[in-house]
Amino acid sequence: MLGSYVVRRLLQLIPVLILVSLAVFLLVRVIPGDPVLVMLGIDPDERGRISEEQYRVVQHQLGLDRPIYVQYLNWADKIIHGDFGLSLASRRPIFEIIFERYPATLYLTATALFVGLIIAIPAGVIAAIRQNTRLDYAAMGFALWGVAMPDFWFALMLIVLFSVKLGWFPSIGYTSPFESPVLFLQHAFLPAIVMGTELAAPLTRYVRAEMLEQLKQDYVRTAWAKGLPSRMVIVKHALRNSLIAAVTVVGLQTARLLGGATIIETVFSWPGVGRLLIDGIYARDYPIVQGAVLLIAVTYVFINLIVDLFYKWLDPRIKLE
Amino acid sequence: MKQDALPQAAWTGTGKTNSVLSRLVDACRVIARNHLALFGLFIVSVGVFTAIFAPYLATHDPYEINIADRLQPPSLEHWLGTDFLGRDTYSRIVFGARTAFEIATGAVLLGALLGIPLGAIAGFAGRWVDSTIMRFMDAIMAFPGRLLAIALVASAGGGFASLYIALGLSSIPSTARIVRSAVLSQKEREYVEAARMTGESDFTILFFQILPNCLSPLLVRLSLEFAHVILAESSLSFLGLGLPPPTPSWGLMLKEVTPFLQLQPVAAFFPGLTISLIILGFNLLGDGLRDIFDPRQYER
Repeated sequence: MLGSYVVRRLLQLIPVLILVSLAVFLLVRVIPGDPVLVMLGIDPDERGRISEEQYRVVQHQLGLDRPIYVQYLNWADKIIHGDFGLSLASRRPIFEIIFERYPATLYLTATALFVGLIIAIPAGVIAAIRQNTRLDYAAMGFALWGVAMPDFWFALMLIVLFSVKLGWFPSIGYTSPFESPVLFLQHAFLPAIVMGTELAAPLTRYVRAEMLEQLKQDYVRTAWAKGLPSRMVIVKHALRNSLIAAVTVVGLQTARLLGGATIIETVFSWPGVGRLLIDGIYARDYPIVQGAVLLIAVTYVFINLIVDLFYKWLDPRIKLE
Repeated sequence: MKQDALPQAAWTGTGKTNSVLSRLVDACRVIARNHLALFGLFIVSVGVFTAIFAPYLATHDPYEINIADRLQPPSLEHWLGTDFLGRDTYSRIVFGARTAFEIATGAVLLGALLGIPLGAIAGFAGRWVDSTIMRFMDAIMAFPGRLLAIALVASAGGGFASLYIALGLSSIPSTARIVRSAVLSQKEREYVEAARMTGESDFTILFFQILPNCLSPLLVRLSLEFAHVILAESSLSFLGLGLPPPTPSWGLMLKEVTPFLQLQPVAAFFPGLTISLIILGFNLLGDGLRDIFDPRQYER
């Protein structure tokens, strides 16, 4: 049953992936001006920099003299084979550049996920078991504020406090965790707090709501009646079941973080895919922009699928549709 | 029970005013009891008021440069201090409300104009029409968070028009999904059957009978969508991809003072606080509206 569901979901992904790739392909085509000049990184008023013959050669090389659907099919064929083209700025293969940057994004997301979980789970559980007390209001206040606060502003405020005033953490820079775990944590601390809060704010609300629901269930009442210690009832019974439901939220939020780290990576000069994308936009390096956007979107689609399947596998009561 | 009363009234055309009125009274009662929603409504109202009466509320010209007074802390002359060009932060925040609401209204309207019919048609027609439209929506939703808007403004350039399009397009799928599920829940109801029997066309049934009954979840969505768009506009302007200087935009104000954080950290505090408050307002209002339109609330 799960097998056929997986196959069905994979088949449903095909049209989505085709449309996503089409959108990314068309991105360069909607830029005002001549796509040949755009792909060469030349401004329209600098058209005279290349001769008519050079123009035609480049146009042919890029396949821009063919009908648009042929151009798309050729582009898609190359992408499937891992050929994302060359960066206009560095003339290096885009595939290579993106995968050089990807680990930094993954490490940051993983750290942020850890921070988010250690904030949200205790906060949500405490808010639920102390419902309508000051602790509950504080946790809910944090959740509401955390959702409303722009991440880049929070990042700036943390930089002001911890880098400028106290000098505890650097505001920019990166070291691989395999090179020096301590330096990595120092650099990752502030961005991970920002992204972790972004994850923790909605998750706290969710864990609280789920815990409240579970605490009302008969099996919890039975556990209390049996005289089990509070910690066991809360952690082993109620929390465990609440977390099954929270998996989806964690998964989707993580996928969003992985794809949406653009601003935070830019603020903290973190050399990940998000910053690569923004730098690509600033430098008008459109093949880089295309590659990064496509990679982020495809990662997001697949993480969504994995989360969905994992959730179904985790909780057999969920009906497979 | 009350939820059925409105569709009936909408179809027969009788008792409609009463039903809508009593619903409005109910809504006011619920919102008055829900303090957080009331607070949200207050913040949003202050925001709208500020945007409309910006020229009367500002104490300085938001574009007036005064290098001698640059990066000043809050004072009686400049209530929230000045930026790196000596412009009055308070006045720029006040005019920034106008920019934020202008962009948000345009983008949310565009998203609704396209999202509502698409969702309605998908839900009403079903089968291949539904799957085709929804696959397109899935494709738009495959770009997480602000990625699609970033990609679009990267191609089309910054500025008002491009932001309307980028943010409007990004908000289509969520609106379409909400309308689709509302239409799905309505289309099997008796009043639709009755309208069919009287020979009404599909178009009339969908747009004049079913759609008016889908307004409640849509209003909740649109309130939350305002928050999303304002946040997205500030993010894009912060990245330098949104509105060009010297437009008073909250995101752009933050971008401009970032290099001077060491000299005057307060300059970055107020624009960000304003964004947070407005988004908090729309979120609280959206949550409150959800409570109001949840039929269980009426029975309490």
